[in-house]
Amino acid sequence: MTSPLLCLVVDDSRVIRRVAVDMLQSLGFATAEAEHGLAAVKFCRTNVPDFVLLDWNMPEMDGITCLRALRAMDLEPPPRVVMCTTESGMPKICEALEAGADEYIMKPYDRNVLLDKLELLGLVARA
Amino acid sequence: MTGADFTLIATLLKERSGLIITPDKGYLLETRLGPIVRERGLASLAALIEVLRQPGSDALKNQIVEAMTTNETSFFRDSHPFDTLRKSVIPGLIQRRATRALRIWSAACSTGQEPYSIAMTLKDHFPILGGWRIEIVATDISAGVLERARSGTYSTFEVQRGLPIQMLVRHFDNVDDQWRIKDELRRNITFRPINLLGDLASLGTFDIVLCRNVLIYFDQPTKTRIMHAIAHRIAPDGVLMLGGAESVIGLCDAFSGVPGLRGVYGHAAHIPPKPASWLNLPVSAVS
Ligand SMILES: C[S@@+](CC[C@H](N)C(=O)[O-])C[C@H]1O[C@@H](n2cnc3c(N)ncnc32)[C@H](O)[C@@H]1O
Repeated sequence: MTSPLLCLVVDDSRVIRRVAVDMLQSLGFATAEAEHGLAAVKFCRTNVPDFVLLDWNMPEMDGITCLRALRAMDLEPPPRVVMCTTESGMPKICEALEAGADEYIMKPYDRNVLLDKLELLGLVARA
Repeated sequence: MTGADFTLIATLLKERSGLIITPDKGYLLETRLGPIVRERGLASLAALIEVLRQPGSDALKNQIVEAMTTNETSFFRDSHPFDTLRKSVIPGLIQRRATRALRIWSAACSTGQEPYSIAMTLKDHFPILGGWRIEIVATDISAGVLERARSGTYSTFEVQRGLPIQMLVRHFDNVDDQWRIKDELRRNITFRPINLLGDLASLGTFDIVLCRNVLIYFDQPTKTRIMHAIAHRIAPDGVLMLGGAESVIGLCDAFSGVPGLRGVYGHAAHIPPKPASWLNLPVSAVS
């Protein structure tokens, strides 16, 4: 059996992390958590997640800075990054895509949205 | 609800739209017709049914049919049909259509995600079609969903179902907290109220027909009747695409499956033996 894909959930809200982790685990992923961008960058120095669910507004280091830092680390293989935020304007989405985000989820979201996005990235087999 | 009341509604639905509702789904009537009961200031579903028994309740009948249809849909629903369009069906038609014209029909388009997904596929992957005459006709029985489809405006939740974020950026404008598809995509699509049980001849002939996730609600004779009607609306080398739970098998011998292309059907008499030859079918062989 192959080991499950690892998702790093980055959000300063413990509740939101919990909800995401529950959904991801129910979809068969392994999960790790970070409470802000800096913690995420530190985590990635020793582990390379398969994908990152990344909030935007956080203390210490925000999501877009974290995304740029992760891309600059040249991780191998590069993790897919899904921004997951209440920021929902076109300029913010474009900013995230330019910084190297692979997908973008606007909060609030549900399991179906998460599943669709992971399917689009090929992280979940299509039904 | 009395048996007679249930039968009245079930008959109305079957005759007007093809929808089959079995007695075990009686609760659906209560939940879906509740809003109409309240809107009309009536006391109960039984009172609504009394109104139905009066002559001249046509508007109410339409309203009931609309309330009972399932409109669930999403962008690029089930994804693989759109891959098939992109990889096989459309490239094949581009080779075969010397007329440089394509007509595509989304036969139960609900709130429009299906025809807009087709329009985005054409725009993103087939720049060559820029010089072609492309027509997408999107129809549904329900005036309510057609109005939404025409507006091309979706909630944040709806654009997160099945639509890659790059496509949202490319093809939509953000208007307040809604997302509106760009006019250049909307322009190619004609939305029309069409009941699949009615006369379809006025629609003309199509190269591609998508009739997805609607026949599942009908009984066998109705499915057969509609498939035959659709067969008359498809060009000799055109295709029909059905939903994941739908098939022509045992229902309509006018069609048979295109080998190698799941969910894609062609006129039985014109199906080439191999999908590769389908792609290279000479125009003379099918006209
Ligand atoms: C579940 S939606 C399918 C939407 C889209 N084709 C898809 O696959 O996602 C079914 C649609 O069929 C429409 N419909 C039901 N009965 C119909 C009929 N007799 N003629 C035309 N449309 C009908 C409903 O109004 C509804 O919008």
